[in-house]
Amino acid sequence: MNSLDMPWALQLVIALFLLGGAVVALIGSWGLAKLPDFYTRLHGPTKASTLGVGCTLIGSLLFFSHQQDGVSVQEALVTIFLFATAPVSAHMMGKAALRRRLRGVARTRHMPEE
Amino acid sequence: MTPSWRSRQFWLPHPLFSLFLALLWLLMVNEFSVAHALLGLTLGVVIPLVTHAFWAEQARIRRPLPLLRYVLVLLLDILRSNLVVALRILGPARQLEPGFFTYPLALDDDFAITILASTISLTPGTVSIHHDAEANTLLVHALHLENEIETIAEIHRRYERPLQEIFQ
Repeated sequence: MNSLDMPWALQLVIALFLLGGAVVALIGSWGLAKLPDFYTRLHGPTKASTLGVGCTLIGSLLFFSHQQDGVSVQEALVTIFLFATAPVSAHMMGKAALRRRLRGVARTRHMPEE
Repeated sequence: MTPSWRSRQFWLPHPLFSLFLALLWLLMVNEFSVAHALLGLTLGVVIPLVTHAFWAEQARIRRPLPLLRYVLVLLLDILRSNLVVALRILGPARQLEPGFFTYPLALDDDFAITILASTISLTPGTVSIHHDAEANTLLVHALHLENEIETIAEIHRRYERPLQEIFQ
């Protein structure tokens, strides 16, 4: 892998996608650490991480489509599965938190009482 | 309710889904050969057969074209929502005003409601948390709730009405 047979513009685009994905994923994790309560923390993983992983996968797709002949579609599949499953897991975690009556931060509006 | 094992209903309850699974398998192994096609078709038959008991009533997609537009709108909104949430995370946490609101559903099909709930979770600052089947409402948590009436109206206009068009 010492000499990449690849135009530099493509390398640049791939690098940008990988870096962008990494930054977005980092922000998502930062949110997980920083946000004040469980319900707000739910937003980090469902959103920021989907875009982060999405960007990384686009980079990977470009790279492997160029290295091998033909378009590599596995990355697209990963993205689709991720988008289909991330809301479900967020929904289940939120539901579990409600069931256990986890309190939100004090300024949460309309905190459900049941 | 179980159809006889000699009928097509028993072996292929969802023919399109079986075909989809077979195609998915081929895409996942990323090569085409007779062996893989056969394996994919076998999976396409076996998986619906085994999971049939968990399936809800089958929804019918009436119009495929609005569905395509819906997916495009959704992709753009996922991008937008990621930027919004990223900015909110980086901004000062004390300015956030998280809140819950109840979204009254107009849809009544289980599959369509699932799509709407997933859409809400993937788009700007909202996560759907609970579906109340009796009142037919969704409980939604918003990272930053400014005006709930406006948020509800926007979800209705942007996502629920196209879904009604697609499924009903």
